Amino acid sequence: MRAVATTTLIKGARSTRSTIALKLLMAASGIVFILFVLAHMYGNLKAFSGEMAYNEYAEHLRTFGEPMLPYGGLLWILRIVLLGSLVAHVGSAVALSIRAHAQRPVKYAVKKNKASSLSSRTMRWGGVALLLFVVWHLLQFTIVKVNVGEGGQTPQITENPYQLLINAFQPEQWWMVLIYLASMLALAFHLHHGTFSAIQTLGFTNTAESRARARVAGWVVAIVVAGGFSLVPLFTVFGVIS
Amino acid sequence: MKLTLKIWRQANASDKGALKTYELDGVSQDMSFLEMLDLLNEQLLHNDEEPVAFDSDCREGICGMCSLMINGEAHGPEVTTTCQLHMRSFKDGDTITIEPWRAASFPIVKDLIVDRSAFDRIIQNGGYISANTGSAPEANSVPAPRDKAMRAFNTATCIGCGACVAACPNGSASLFLGAKITHLGELPQGQPERYSRVQSMLAQHDHEGFGGCTNIGECASACPKEIPLDVISQLNKDLRNSMILG
Ligand code: HEM
Ligand code: SF4
Ligand code: FES
Repeated sequence: MRAVATTTLIKGARSTRSTIALKLLMAASGIVFILFVLAHMYGNLKAFSGEMAYNEYAEHLRTFGEPMLPYGGLLWILRIVLLGSLVAHVGSAVALSIRAHAQRPVKYAVKKNKASSLSSRTMRWGGVALLLFVVWHLLQFTIVKVNVGEGGQTPQITENPYQLLINAFQPEQWWMVLIYLASMLALAFHLHHGTFSAIQTLGFTNTAESRARARVAGWVVAIVVAGGFSLVPLFTVFGVIS
Repeated sequence: MKLTLKIWRQANASDKGALKTYELDGVSQDMSFLEMLDLLNEQLLHNDEEPVAFDSDCREGICGMCSLMINGEAHGPEVTTTCQLHMRSFKDGDTITIEPWRAASFPIVKDLIVDRSAFDRIIQNGGYISANTGSAPEANSVPAPRDKAMRAFNTATCIGCGACVAACPNGSASLFLGAKITHLGELPQGQPERYSRVQSMLAQHDHEGFGGCTNIGECASACPKEIPLDVISQLNKDLRNSMILG
């Protein structure tokens, strides 16, 4: 896998050590993320059903599978799967980016983009933006439970998932709403190309028609996920959810 | 027509190289792009300057020798090879920037000439169907379904020009590789070596240093033979199957 021009022929090829194997890893981990964001978005929409329903759902996630699983067991399984997927996804993204840069040491003075979409050209920087967002998001709602709103770090807020959510997106914290909306735009871009790309990487687009369908899938996943997530901060800042 | 040409000049593989500007008058609309460069070279020779080195052979769009990044597009603005591109695609007074294919695996030999033997080595490492010597079998005794034969024919039109690598932001040769894998894999004769072929050709592709594909699609739009993006899906599918079956 070293990027050098040589005159030797490779013997004993190993498919698991190829660039396509890295892409398959990226596609598989990407699909884990897509399934996760779909489920997570569905959960968030419980905020429209009020404090009781939302907190009940949060508690239910923790008691799910008891007594086969310990309290919070399902969440820990999910966290391990997601962390493993993140390592695989980012690891292969970095390896492939390094290869791509090594292959074009001298840039073109003039280069036109004819077929690529903006979303396909921003996968790498967009991915970094998503990673930064995920770090902040986990600090805010899971690890530290940072309450940026009124009431400070009191248990009435940090121990109440619904209150933590509502206080994050009050009009005084309009900038927090902007951070989330911008991140969802980045997610929409990443999913628009990522969904299509994963289907193609898995080898399911062998005709013009199936390729067109995979492109539609990219639009649908991007709009449903990013749109669905954006509803909660928007409806909170405008006081519909309170 | 009168043109301003910005051309990459590089004396040899280790020279740093730079874009150099030339003025060229008396270009006719009926000239091919390469004939326009021939005209420039006559002018340079006349002035005791070194002519611009560029590749060409058949000049009829079938050999894949000609190359050139023309105003940021591989083989220029039309879907064809540079030898089949004509000056009627340009206007009087245009500035045209001409660069070589840019990829570490296609090292520059001189000016606009790059060494594409990395493609030869990919073909050498499995891009064929092994046949026993002896009397040739009756051609019609191995039936090939029409759709598969058509797909094999269409992908066999790849001339190995390298435009796909040149246009790809990752410098991937996936379209070239996918064209070969699809061409041989659609035919009955290609089945026995199907999975070892994809593994060894891909290993050679990676060993040469070509990048991984991000399914961006610049390659297919640059291809003078209109090889479609679905050959890369086929390549991925064959590799995936080879992991399990090969
Ligand atoms: C919620 C988080 C994420 C989701 C849902 C997601 C999803 C996907 C999917 C489905 C793919 C397509 C795989 C393929 O090309 O076959 C992909 C590709 C990619 N992802 Fe992610 N990803 C996420 C986070 C990240 C992060 C944090 C990074 C980087 C730091 C990243 C970087 C990339 C890159 C570079 C590609 C390859 C681009 C391409 O194939 O054109 N992603 N992602
Ligand atoms: S796939 Fe098209 S662009 Fe690539 S080498 Fe073959 S003919 Fe040239
Ligand atoms: S010179 Fe043969 S294809 Fe252009």
